[in-house]
Amino acid sequence: MTTDTQIEIDPGKGPFRKKSRPGELAIRGFLFFCGVLSIATTIGILYELGKESFLFFGDEEVSLVEFFTTTVWQPQVGGFGIWPLILGTLYISFIAMIVAIPIGLSAAIYLSEYASNRVRGFFKPVLEILVGIPTVVYGFFALTFMTPVLRSIFGSSVVGFFNVLSAGIVVGILIVPLISSLAEDALRAVPDSLRQAAYALGASKLEVSMRVVVPAALSGIAAGVVVAMSRAVGETMVVTLAAGASPRNFTFGQDPLFGYILNPFEGAQAMTGYVAITANGDLSYNTIDYNSIFAIGLTLFFMTLGLNSLSRRFVKRFQQVYE
Amino acid sequence: MSVQAPERPTQTSFPNEEEYAGQLGRRQRKALAFKFFCLAMLTIAVLALATLLYTIINDSFGLVAIVNQNDPDQVVAEAGYDPETATLQDLSYDELVGLLEANVSSGVGRRMERDQRFYEDRLVFEDEATWAEICSSGEPPTGCNAAPRDHSNVYALVLERVVVPDVIASYPLVPSLLNPEAFEEEVAAGFEAGRFPDYQPEQAFIEWRAWFNPTFLTTPQSSTPEVAGIRTAILGSAWLVLITILFAVPVGVGAAIYLVEYAKPSRLNDFIQTNINNLAGVPSIIYGMLGLAIFVRVLEPFTSGAMFTTGVPPSDNGRTVVAAGLTLGLLTLPVVIISAQEALKSVPDSLRHAGLALGATRWQTVRSQIIPVALPGILTGTILAVARAVGETAPLILVGAASFITTDPSGPFSKFTALPIQIFQWTSFPQQEFHNLAAAASIALLLLLLTLNAVAVILRNRYSRRAE
Repeated sequence: MTTDTQIEIDPGKGPFRKKSRPGELAIRGFLFFCGVLSIATTIGILYELGKESFLFFGDEEVSLVEFFTTTVWQPQVGGFGIWPLILGTLYISFIAMIVAIPIGLSAAIYLSEYASNRVRGFFKPVLEILVGIPTVVYGFFALTFMTPVLRSIFGSSVVGFFNVLSAGIVVGILIVPLISSLAEDALRAVPDSLRQAAYALGASKLEVSMRVVVPAALSGIAAGVVVAMSRAVGETMVVTLAAGASPRNFTFGQDPLFGYILNPFEGAQAMTGYVAITANGDLSYNTIDYNSIFAIGLTLFFMTLGLNSLSRRFVKRFQQVYE
Repeated sequence: MSVQAPERPTQTSFPNEEEYAGQLGRRQRKALAFKFFCLAMLTIAVLALATLLYTIINDSFGLVAIVNQNDPDQVVAEAGYDPETATLQDLSYDELVGLLEANVSSGVGRRMERDQRFYEDRLVFEDEATWAEICSSGEPPTGCNAAPRDHSNVYALVLERVVVPDVIASYPLVPSLLNPEAFEEEVAAGFEAGRFPDYQPEQAFIEWRAWFNPTFLTTPQSSTPEVAGIRTAILGSAWLVLITILFAVPVGVGAAIYLVEYAKPSRLNDFIQTNINNLAGVPSIIYGMLGLAIFVRVLEPFTSGAMFTTGVPPSDNGRTVVAAGLTLGLLTLPVVIISAQEALKSVPDSLRHAGLALGATRWQTVRSQIIPVALPGILTGTILAVARAVGETAPLILVGAASFITTDPSGPFSKFTALPIQIFQWTSFPQQEFHNLAAAASIALLLLLLTLNAVAVILRNRYSRRAE
């Protein structure tokens, strides 16, 4: 709202003098307070997670070094190495990504490059419904459908009642819409002139999509994949219900890598799963269990924060190219 | 369109006419295969959704084998009615209480009365002196303050305690329809194999059961799957929605108005914006931890309601509706802010300029020009955000939603359970009957979310029509 000609006004007197309006100020103050509350939330999260983690590491049974270097999580007997829980989280997320990336990307490419409006009108709502279903219902689905199916395919002596594979596949289904919608936005933002140019050179639809459009949208797609990864890492209910409640404690060099450490058919507790199981019921304050969930929460917080920042960096790069 | 192809340069990387034709066919086949691959992948997503819904519906209906420890007809006959015409549910409140009095041990009866009393003015199982004593003690049971039970509540108790139905086996919908005989054989084989040692085969009867039914929606929670319902959970979820909206909407919309209408680019305002984007990506379970540490623990005098009474607090700790509602409110806040920002940003600048040019103050412009235009957009975003919060389970587990509670939440300071928590608890039991209950509760939750989404869609459509 800049004007070319400036009118000289004396703000001190006359009809243009600036009135003090306490009502306006108060409202402005309230709105500012609402905005700042989000910062207070972040500070609250960091302070509470940090404080309880500090108490946790202050306990004589626990040491920070042991927490990040040992591979046995058995709080009852003083085993406080977080790696079995991280293994569970990352393994389930890995399987989820293997399921979700091909489905999500193909879906995005199909919807943005191939689908007519009618076809889009059918598939888009389906993906939106998949987002809207509560994760606890996905957990129920994993336990009562996916696990029995896997057990009947691979044999119930091979596949445990709780297993990483079932949880991973269902988490994968849950994050498909996340990848597909962000990737589709990125693909649609690629200027049509690029496509036209490629077609003019005689490229087929596949070549246009895979060699021109997808590379041009790559950072946007990567952003979607990373956000989905962050979502998978923080996912709680499917993991709690389908992957079981026993951490997969291991010893490097001693336990077989594929027979045990990376066996997808057995259960493995994830970080979120541990927190949910431990907090379920009346957890008394100031116990080592109570403090431990905050230490794990803090680790989880930084993991997801890192992934989300990475994703935003991708988005920014993408926006710089096309805006 | 026949265009004369230009003379090809004779480089090795360029194919001749014949090779080119061959390659073209290959390339086109590849392109077609790719298209179908993509379509197949998309179909997998659709199939996943279909299978999920199928699983839930399949588990919500079907055949069950039940053994009643007391025949309900006989119970009705004992009460002096003709079982041909009257069913157990037709008995009056007093008669149902009478049945309980006659059939339930006094210890169990006292426990029921301490949970929730039967009559406002008199006691059935407790004597007045003991009652007065326990109610004035430090930790009074819920029955001292809660409203008396109603007909459906006592009916459920009679079923649970007097008739005592036991679902010994259940079968999902599709096999029940296709092959009902197999279920009978399975039950008979179960008896032969001694899987039901407490019962005789002739006691068991097989019937159709819709686990998702009106009674299921209106009866309270119970440990007997046959009579368990989700009224307590629905009411708990309703309370949570109310508190979430009361907290997140004013604060979220306020923050959005500040950021869109007032904030000038500054380091602080940029930081607020980045921070909101970051908060939107924080896993819900971490909000649960925040709620546990702040609302349940630090603010216990407030969330347990102790601050507002001089006598006995409504709840003995902070694991209450209000603590959970505020937690969900914080969780929803970033989403509400971001969607309200979108709605405000879509209001054309000409409205702002016009308002300010007429001499209105900034707030007058916002209140009477901008908010009315942005309102449908804000409401749509808010409803979708709340719908997401309704389905959240992890934060509720953290703030300690009680898994087994039979009394309705009576206010913001009461203990509660919620629909997702019920689904979680029932799913984690190994018995099939509880999985049936979890499936039925999932249908209820999905219907609730569908309703909320439908409201949002209607608002959006009305909005876009007006904007045209």
